[in-house]
Amino acid sequence: MPGFGLTFGFTVFYLSAIVLIPLAALLIRPWELGVAGVIDAVSAPRVVASLKLSFGAAAIASAINGVFGLIVAWVLVRYRFPGKRIVDALVDLPFALPTAVAGIALTTLYAPNGWIGSALAPFGIHVAFTPLGIVVALTFIGLPFVVRSVQPVLDDLDREYEEAAATLGATRGQAFRRVVFPTILPAWLTGIALAFARAVGEYGSVIFIAGNMPFISEITPLLIVIKLEQFDYAGAAAVGAAMLAISFAMLLAINTLQAWARARST
Amino acid sequence: MTTRSRFAGYALATAAFLFLFAQVVLAKDIALLNVSYDPTRELYDAINKAFAADYKAKTHDTVTISQSHGGSGKQARSVIDGLEADVVTLALAYDIDEISARGGLLPANWQSRLPNNSSPYTSTIVFLVRKGNPWQIKDWNDLIKPGIQVITPNPKTSGGARWNYLAAWAYALRQPGGNDETAKAFVTRLYKNVPVLDSGARGSTTTFVQRGLGDVLIAWENEAYLALKELGPDKLQIVNPSLSILAEPPVALVDKNADKHGTRAVAEAYLKFLYTRPAQEIIALNFYRPTDPAVAAQYSAKFPKISLVTVDQVFGGWQKAQKTHFTDGGVFDQIYQPGK
Amino acid sequence: MTASPPRKEFHPPTRESFATRVVLVSVAVLYISLFLFTPLIAVFTEGFRNGVDAFLNAIVEKDALAAVKLTFIVAGIAVPLNSLFGLAAAWAIAKHDFKGKSLLITLIDLPFSVSPVISGLVYVLLFGAHGFLGPTLDALGIKIIFTTAGLVLATMFVTFPFVARELIPLMQEQGVSEEEAAISLGASGWQTFWNVTLPNVRWALLYGVLLCNARAMGEFGAVSVVSGHIRGLTNTMPLHVEILYNEYNFAAAFAVASLLALLALVTLVLKSALEWHYGEEIAASHRH
Repeated sequence: MPGFGLTFGFTVFYLSAIVLIPLAALLIRPWELGVAGVIDAVSAPRVVASLKLSFGAAAIASAINGVFGLIVAWVLVRYRFPGKRIVDALVDLPFALPTAVAGIALTTLYAPNGWIGSALAPFGIHVAFTPLGIVVALTFIGLPFVVRSVQPVLDDLDREYEEAAATLGATRGQAFRRVVFPTILPAWLTGIALAFARAVGEYGSVIFIAGNMPFISEITPLLIVIKLEQFDYAGAAAVGAAMLAISFAMLLAINTLQAWARARST
Repeated sequence: MTTRSRFAGYALATAAFLFLFAQVVLAKDIALLNVSYDPTRELYDAINKAFAADYKAKTHDTVTISQSHGGSGKQARSVIDGLEADVVTLALAYDIDEISARGGLLPANWQSRLPNNSSPYTSTIVFLVRKGNPWQIKDWNDLIKPGIQVITPNPKTSGGARWNYLAAWAYALRQPGGNDETAKAFVTRLYKNVPVLDSGARGSTTTFVQRGLGDVLIAWENEAYLALKELGPDKLQIVNPSLSILAEPPVALVDKNADKHGTRAVAEAYLKFLYTRPAQEIIALNFYRPTDPAVAAQYSAKFPKISLVTVDQVFGGWQKAQKTHFTDGGVFDQIYQPGK
Repeated sequence: MTASPPRKEFHPPTRESFATRVVLVSVAVLYISLFLFTPLIAVFTEGFRNGVDAFLNAIVEKDALAAVKLTFIVAGIAVPLNSLFGLAAAWAIAKHDFKGKSLLITLIDLPFSVSPVISGLVYVLLFGAHGFLGPTLDALGIKIIFTTAGLVLATMFVTFPFVARELIPLMQEQGVSEEEAAISLGASGWQTFWNVTLPNVRWALLYGVLLCNARAMGEFGAVSVVSGHIRGLTNTMPLHVEILYNEYNFAAAFAVASLLALLALVTLVLKSALEWHYGEEIAASHRH
C-alpha cells in the first residue's frame, strides 16, 4: 500500500502539534513547584473535595444513564411506538447542543422558580445550585453514550438464542439475564465508561447549574479555572495533570473493554 | 526516501498554513481595547460613544473602542497572559498591581498617574432585598441571623466579592468591642448563610434576581440600582447599611500594549475623558458615584449618605488586605473549611 | 457518538407482556422528555418570550452577527483540518501494519476524555505571554492566545478524534483488497485513494464531519479560556450567549441559544437522514 510515509508522517505531526506538545506543557509546568509542592497542590482538601465531587457526580450520572440508557436502547430496538423516530433522533441532542446552552436551559428549568424546580420545591427537593444539579447536567451530557453503544449490539443480537431459552422453559427475565445481558455487557460497560469519561471533565453545562461552593458544589474543572484566575498557573496545571492522568487511565479501560467486546463477538 | 521528503514538504506547508492564520491581530489603525470588569458594561457602552464623538470633533480621528468584560481577576489574568488591552478599568487596585508586577506591562506607580488614586468614579456596597423587605434586613448584623440566605460571589475570583467581604469585616471591627477575632467570627457566620458562590458579581445578581434564590444580595451600589431598573422596582428594593466601604475601581493605561499599538495618546485622552464633566454625568446616570464635586453635588439626591471607610484606613491597603484575607491559606480559606 | 443502524421489526414468540412493554416504553419516553425535550422547549420558549421581532433583532444585532461569523470561521478552519487528519490517520492505521498502532489510536482518542478547560489551559501554558513559546512568538510578532488562531487551536483539540474515530474502524473492516487490485492495474496511490477508498467511506466521512462540526460550533469551555471575550472580535456564539446572559439580556441570550439549538437540530436531522439511507456503510464502524 503506498502513502504510508505521507499519511503516517502527517498523522504524527498533526497529533504532536495539536495534542501531544500542548499536553506536554501541562505535564511540565507543575514541577516548578517542586515535588512536594505538586503533592500539596493536588492533595489540598479543597482539591480532593472537588475531585470527589467530580468523580462522584459523574459516577452517579453514568449509573443513571446505564439503567435508563439500556431501557431506551431496548425500547428503540425491540418495540414500535408512536414518535419512535423522534426519540431516536433526540438521543444525540446532548452531543449537538452547545454545553453552555444546555447549562442555561437546565438552570432555567430546575431553578426554584423554573418549570421543574417549582414543581419539586414543595417537596423540599432543590436541584439547581446543589450537587444534585451537577448530577442532572452530567446525566444530560452522558445520555447518548450508553444508548448508542448498546443499540447496534442489541440490533445484531440473534434471537434464536432467546427462542431456544424460551423453548427450554426460561422466563423472559431469565432469558434476558442469561442470554441477552451477557452479550451486550461489554458494549453496555463501554457506554457507561464513555459517559463517565465525558462527565468528569464537563464544564460548560455544569457551572451555570452548580452552586460553585467550595467543598460542596465546586467541580474540579471550575477549580482549575479559579486557580488560573488567581495567577496560580503551576497549581492549575498540577490539578489539570492529575485529571489528565485519570482521563488517560479511563481511556485505556475503555479500549480494553472494546477489545474484550470485539474478542467476544468473533 | 521520496515519501519522507514529501512528508517534510507537507509538514512545512501545514506549519506555514498554521502560522498564516496565527497572524490575525486585534489592533487595527485607531482601535482601543478596554478590558474591564463585570458590572461596567452599560457604563462603558455609553462612555465609549461619548468619547468617540468628542475625539472625532477634536481630532477628526475615528476611534473604535472594543470592550471585554468578566470577573476582575480573570480579566487581569488575561491581560497578563497577553490580551493586549490598551487600558484596563478593573474592580480593584490589586488586580492592576498584579498586571504591573507579573506582566511588567505598566510601572508600579501607575495609581499616582491620574487623580483620585486613578479612580474616576467610586461606589459602595449595599444590600438588595425582595420588595417589602420581608426579613426586615436593615444592617450587616441582620445578615448573620440563622435562616437568612445571603447571596455574594466568591472573593477568590470576584473583585466585587472582595469589597463585600471587607465591608462586612469593617462593620464588625467598628462595633463596640470589635477586634480581628470578633470580625473573623462575624464574617464566618455570614458566609455560613451563603448558599451559592458565583464566580462573578453578575452571576450572583442573576442568581438572586432571576433564579429567585436567597433573601439578600450583597452588591455594588451601581449593580443594585441597575438590577432595580432592568428587572423591576416592583420586586426589589435597596437597603443601605449603617456602614460600608468606599469602593474605588481604578483605571490605568497599559503602557507596553499602548506603545506597541501606537495608541498611547488616544488611550491617555480616553482615561482623562473619564474625569470630564460629560463623562462624570454619564457615570452618575449609570449609578456610579462621580468624583467631580460639582457633578456629585448635582446628583447628591441619588446617592444616599452612608458612612464609608476605605481599604487604606481599615486594612492598610490592597496588597495587605489581599495577602491577609484572600491568598491561598488566608482568612477566607480558614473560614471555608470542609464540614463547616 | 455511535450510529443506529436500520433495524428490522419482527415479532418473535419471545416477547414481553403488553404491560411490560408499555411500562418500558413509557419510562424511555419520559426519560427522554425530561432530560432532552424540556430543555429544548425551554430554550425556544425563552427565546421567543418577547415575540418574533425581539428574537430577530437579537440575531441580527451587530455583535451577534460577528459572533456567528467568527463561529463559522473557526469551524470552517478546524473541521477541514481535522477531516484531513482523520483521512490520513485512517489510511495510515487501517491500511498498514506498524508497531505501536494501538498506542497511536489511544492517543488520537485522548482529547475526547480531556476536560475542555484543560484543552484551553494547555494552549495558555504554551502560547500565553508567560508560556513556554509565548515570548518567542511575541518577538516574532505572532499572537495566538486571544485571537482567532487560539480559538481555532482549542476547537481543533476538542474535536480532534471525531472524523478519525468514524473512519478507522470502517476502513479496517473494508481491508485492502480493493486498493491492491487498483494498484496492480496500474493506478497511482492518489488515484486509488480518490477512486476506490474515498467513495467507499464517503458517507462515514460525512457523518464524522457532521459530528465534528456540531461540536466545533458549540464548544464553550475550551474557547472560554483562550478567547479574551472581546465583544465583536473574539466572541463565538456560545460565548456571546454567556455575555448576553450576563447583561440581563435573557431574551437575547436565549434567542442566540435558539439559533445554536436550531443548528443542533439540523445536525440531528442530517445525521438521521444519513443513518437512514447509508446505515449499513456507517454502521460498520460501530460494531464492536
